[in-house]
Amino acid sequence: MSDAATATRRTPLYERHVELGAKIVPFAGWEMPVLYEGIREEHSAVRRHVGMFDVSHMGEVEVEGPGALAFLQRVLSNDVAAIEVGGAQYSCLCREDGGVLDDLFAYRLGGDRFLLVTNAANHEEDLAWLGQQSRPFDAIVRDVADRYAMLAVQGPHARAVLGSALGIELPPRFHVSHVRVGRRPALACGTGYTGEDGVELLIDPEVAAPIWAELLDAGVVPCGLGARDTLRLEVCYPLHGNELTPERNPIEAGLGWCCKEATGFVGSEAVARARAEGTPEKLVAFAIEDKGIPREGNPVLHGDEEVGVVTSGTFAPSLEVGAGMAYVKAELAEVGTEVEIDVRGKRRPARIASKPLYAKRS
Amino acid sequence: MADATYPEDLRYHEEHDWARIEGDQATFGITWYAQDSLGEVVFFDPPEVGATIQKDSSYAEVESVKAVSDVIAPMSGEVVEVNDALEDNPEKVNEDPYGGGWLVKVRLTSPEETQQLLGVEEYRKLLES
Repeated sequence: MSDAATATRRTPLYERHVELGAKIVPFAGWEMPVLYEGIREEHSAVRRHVGMFDVSHMGEVEVEGPGALAFLQRVLSNDVAAIEVGGAQYSCLCREDGGVLDDLFAYRLGGDRFLLVTNAANHEEDLAWLGQQSRPFDAIVRDVADRYAMLAVQGPHARAVLGSALGIELPPRFHVSHVRVGRRPALACGTGYTGEDGVELLIDPEVAAPIWAELLDAGVVPCGLGARDTLRLEVCYPLHGNELTPERNPIEAGLGWCCKEATGFVGSEAVARARAEGTPEKLVAFAIEDKGIPREGNPVLHGDEEVGVVTSGTFAPSLEVGAGMAYVKAELAEVGTEVEIDVRGKRRPARIASKPLYAKRS
Repeated sequence: MADATYPEDLRYHEEHDWARIEGDQATFGITWYAQDSLGEVVFFDPPEVGATIQKDSSYAEVESVKAVSDVIAPMSGEVVEVNDALEDNPEKVNEDPYGGGWLVKVRLTSPEETQQLLGVEEYRKLLES
């Protein structure tokens, strides 16, 4: 944040992170832990056992009223009417031209009551947009970000550990349940951003520290934003600000599956057009063939022609190779296409790969 | 990773590099502080043997999962050997930054540059400031 007037914020767990020796970095206006012991260890804890992330920087917006469903059907790209009470659904929030303002999960807490979980960097703009768009509808848009701390507990052992440590009934995948955590009402969501099974807990900020301590005692490995990024990148989940921006539509980002143009959402005409006509560029996953680690902004080359740009790149710990996502010319987006990534002047051979880059062996 | 260590027998550069000087040759690497700031090293991109490197200029890159960092030459010279063991085990840079984690060996072209480098006490002071 360059604006000195914008003070950085701390989550209720900030002191706990410092105690654990976390490396703290500024992220979307927050001081967040990027790693504790090391990204690789944290990454592998989530793939093999269970890890937890403080994601209290994420925003929450409650939408309530007789017109809540109609309003959300208008602003969200997915078919909101298809979410039953207790259900969860991924959507894009689009502008009229189809540009993606944010991507988010919508949880249906009641017939006329929904919770949206926004990206920290977009929370204020989302609120302004939702407030403005809600005017014709009988629905109230409420910023409830201060009401929740958020813990993402992720990994193959997440449910077992959470069940025994907190003694709560956990929701199935893509569902949400009302539970009590630390004797306070809380929400348990069967969602995550890692490609592993897991639960995201929305809890009272007052009980965040004791719950964190309890989960640490239960053997859950604290994980920072660094591992969160490598985990999501290996399973090709887009990150707003990298793969998704207001200048890109969901179709070129490969998110056509969460766009139901028949609902007439804001941006649906542009999305329908992009779907019918195709887009000049497409988001692809790629892996480096030999050495080198791609980074955001690296040009993608085909022969001597620049044909795209890397949106996210990293060393992928589970694949043990440099990998990432990039927008490339649509005709080169086919899996198997050989390209080169210009990594600070060195051409690194790479190949367009199928998504996800990492798939669990079942 | 072990606690911070800074051997007495090395010369240090402000950009957190060290040089072990033996006659007209020297071994270069990055300091404990540098590897700790960078985090787990997953890739070392070495210069070629025979390459000329210039004091205060970048001669190689080390990368962690999250970031890439230029390695600055503490002295000028010609690369006579690179640490091939880092190709398969780049984490040696973290585990043993002054031993198995050395980066290159160089034939010095301006040995007098050693006078511009820091002794261990001066380097420690720099880290504390």
